[in-house]
Amino acid sequence: MSVVEEHHLFEPMIVAFCCNWCSYAGADLAGTGRMSYPANVRIVRVPCSSRVSPNFILRAFQRGADAVVVAGCHPGDCHYVSGNYHARRRFSALRRFLEFVGIETERFEIHWISASEGNKFAAIMKDVTDKIRVLGPNRKLRDVR
Amino acid sequence: MRRIGVFVCWCGTNIGATVDLETVMEKARQMPGVVFAGDNKYMCSEIGQTLIRDTIVQERLDRVVVASCSPRMHELTFRKTAAAAGLNPYLVEIANIREHCSWVHKDKAEATQKAISLVRTAVAKAARNKPLQADQFAVTHRALVIGAGIAGIQAALDIGETGFEVDLVERTPSIGGRMAQLDKTFPTLDCSACILTPKMVDVAVHPKINLYTYSEIEAVEGYVGNFEVTLRQKARSIDKEKCTGCGICYEKCPSKVDGEFEEGMSKRKAIYVPFPQAVPNVPVIDRENCRWFTKEKCGVCKKVCPADAVDFEQSDQLIKQKYGAIVVATGFDLVDLDEFGEFGYGKHPDIITSMEFERLVNASGPTGGKLLRPSNQEPPRNVVFIHCVGSRDKSRGKPYCSKICCMYTAKHAILLKEKYPKSQAYVFYIDVRTAGKEFEEFHRRAVEEYGAAYLRGIVGKVFPSGDKLLVNGVDTLSNQTVELEADLVVLATAITPRRDAAALGRMLGIGTDGHNYFVEAHPKLRPVESHTAGIFLAGTCQGPRDIPETVAQAGGAAAKAIALLSKETLLSDPCVSNVNESLCTGCLACLPVCPYKAISEKTITEKVHGQERRRLVAEINNALCQGCGACSTACRPGAMNLLGFTNEQLLAEVDAICL
Ligand SMILES: Cc1cc2nc3c(=O)[nH]c(=O)nc-3n(C[C@H](O)[C@H](O)[C@H](O)COP(=O)(O)OP(=O)(O)OC[C@H]3O[C@@H](n4cnc5c(N)ncnc54)[C@H](O)[C@@H]3O)c2cc1C
Ligand code: SF4
Ligand code: SF4
Ligand code: FES
Repeated sequence: MSVVEEHHLFEPMIVAFCCNWCSYAGADLAGTGRMSYPANVRIVRVPCSSRVSPNFILRAFQRGADAVVVAGCHPGDCHYVSGNYHARRRFSALRRFLEFVGIETERFEIHWISASEGNKFAAIMKDVTDKIRVLGPNRKLRDVR
Repeated sequence: MRRIGVFVCWCGTNIGATVDLETVMEKARQMPGVVFAGDNKYMCSEIGQTLIRDTIVQERLDRVVVASCSPRMHELTFRKTAAAAGLNPYLVEIANIREHCSWVHKDKAEATQKAISLVRTAVAKAARNKPLQADQFAVTHRALVIGAGIAGIQAALDIGETGFEVDLVERTPSIGGRMAQLDKTFPTLDCSACILTPKMVDVAVHPKINLYTYSEIEAVEGYVGNFEVTLRQKARSIDKEKCTGCGICYEKCPSKVDGEFEEGMSKRKAIYVPFPQAVPNVPVIDRENCRWFTKEKCGVCKKVCPADAVDFEQSDQLIKQKYGAIVVATGFDLVDLDEFGEFGYGKHPDIITSMEFERLVNASGPTGGKLLRPSNQEPPRNVVFIHCVGSRDKSRGKPYCSKICCMYTAKHAILLKEKYPKSQAYVFYIDVRTAGKEFEEFHRRAVEEYGAAYLRGIVGKVFPSGDKLLVNGVDTLSNQTVELEADLVVLATAITPRRDAAALGRMLGIGTDGHNYFVEAHPKLRPVESHTAGIFLAGTCQGPRDIPETVAQAGGAAAKAIALLSKETLLSDPCVSNVNESLCTGCLACLPVCPYKAISEKTITEKVHGQERRRLVAEINNALCQGCGACSTACRPGAMNLLGFTNEQLLAEVDAICL
């Protein structure tokens, strides 16, 4: 099988952590507006992007997730005032760490998606899925099972 | 072993048509801990809820997973259902197979696979859910209303009428807001002041309403039922108790500045009452323009005041107060017209905004209601009105429709003709939108009875020519260019939220949209609530609207606030953080990340090898914690854990997804 074909057959598994107040609501709005996106995305609802521990992200990669997205309210709009600033700082460090251990940075993205941005949610999920389809599966951190 | 029940909802065909629910149930029955899987056409219906309740009892379920619409929609519903059958409500989890699945994936096989995965994830989480108990706390029976335009006035009156204390806080020296500036109001043409002033007086004399004018919100802490707010009452420099409102002070004051209330079209003094019907009818000294404060000279007002009410020494007062509920009613501003050079606003005095037009036709306005051209004080003959200046303009202005401009422009055309029967109104419009009771009829009157000429089209340029203005535009219906000579050009300027709305939103912890309008909790079903419990929205701070809609919404916000204030106690959300003291090392990394200062340190005494030892640990104040979970993430030894979203629950979800 050629490389291209293999990539074509590969369907990535994408874990998205979405804060309840903005991004999860944005994902709901994508639903209400019937804005379709690939079925590869699984959402974990968290109260705030600041609840997402780097642990969860590493665990996802170890269990075979091909990409992880953390989505929160726009800077300044966090329901808990400052949560997404903590998240932003924490995840820029995590990003460098992932790069250091050899995970392609495309596999970990942070996005700010408001409750009214259903279209943005759908577009990002489509974009991430497309990118990972081309990039191929995560082999580096995955448990050998 | 757990006894988990999975309840799958068809949502009519919303889920059932795209997801093979038989397969979902079959797979669910094989998931660890699941002892039952059943379905219903509408799980939220009485029949569906009865199924859940009965099954909990018959199957002795200890956890419930409902696969249905978003938890933001019905989590509360199903928690109540479970509670009715004796199950702790926090043992319920929702798998969102509608918004996140059937509505966004078209392929049935894919959608079914995903639905199974979502159910598995919810089951994995539910298995780790713990029963949680909500605490009760007392409600402060007092409301705060921010902004005293018609929205705030109405809300304060409605709340006050039920007997609760209300503090009404207004930034400017008088209540009334924009409505006080208007002349007549569409679609009935009743005089704005005539219907507003009595309400303003009602506020002033109401025994339950405490008025804080020339005041602002300085800080907000606390939570629903118990907000703690600091107000800054700015120094008025007048002793309100002594002032009799005689007005000698502002007659004699030598310092003149552009009057805000008159939109800068006439002067006020440095000591002033913004308009004749102001409430309270007590002057204020604008210290930035007062000679006493800028040059330490003058002091005429103090000399002439017969009541000795002028007090240069007054200082700002900070007032701390507790409230059970807050209504936000801060109203609107107009967009800045700098970006719209083609209309020439600011370059010629006869190019004005609609708000300025309101003042020009108003009997108490700068021309005594004569409606004269600002350039030469002559009556205008041809007046060109331009719709949608800054509205429905994605590139330079606001993409939305300001909603009121079509109607008030029709009103202006009528008022013009009534003042000057020989005059002619031309109106450039994109669309005329008159969806409202009696609105279309009103617009037709402007055209048919008052002869307003409506031109569908865009204005390219407005420029002076001699003592007139020339308006160049295109009539898009006939595709011809139009050139009109005008004595006055009136711009229907887009409305926006107050410039500082976002900052106030941050202080209150309520969201704003891309334009800084405050966001309602649900666009259809919870239009007067904000996302923050206990904070309600009224009037144009939430979106463009006219007076009747503003009053209705204010009444709605007041009703919500009253319902809250009527409760003696509230139940707290038990999804708060929790410290496992045996794991806590006392590093206090959690402390600075908490946005609500809910974490403090305490010393505990414990026995280690028979010896007493004292050490530091973190402590959570449940009443302050809002459940964001930032601390749980910051905690290295894993001592801090957010109930309802614990590390174990979230990791189990990740594992289930990646299975
Ligand atoms: C030119 C024009 C003509 C109009 N004509 C009509 C008409 O004929 N009929 C009709 O139905 N509608 C009309 N409208 C619409 C009408 O003006 C509004 O619907 C109405 O005034 C909205 O009231 P509000 O209370 O929401 O806002 P506002 O009137 O803006 O009141 C808000 C108040 O809050 C205060 N405030 C703001 N921020 C703070 C803060 N941080 N702290 C404390 N106080 C604060 C402000 O000072 C103000 O007093 C017209 C509008 C315009 C622009
Ligand atoms: S961060 Fe964790 S260990 Fe450190 S004080 Fe807070 S709860 Fe204790
Ligand atoms: S969960 Fe959030 S609000 Fe509660 S104590 Fe932790 S950081 Fe503070
Ligand atoms: S609540 Fe959305 S990022 Fe904090």
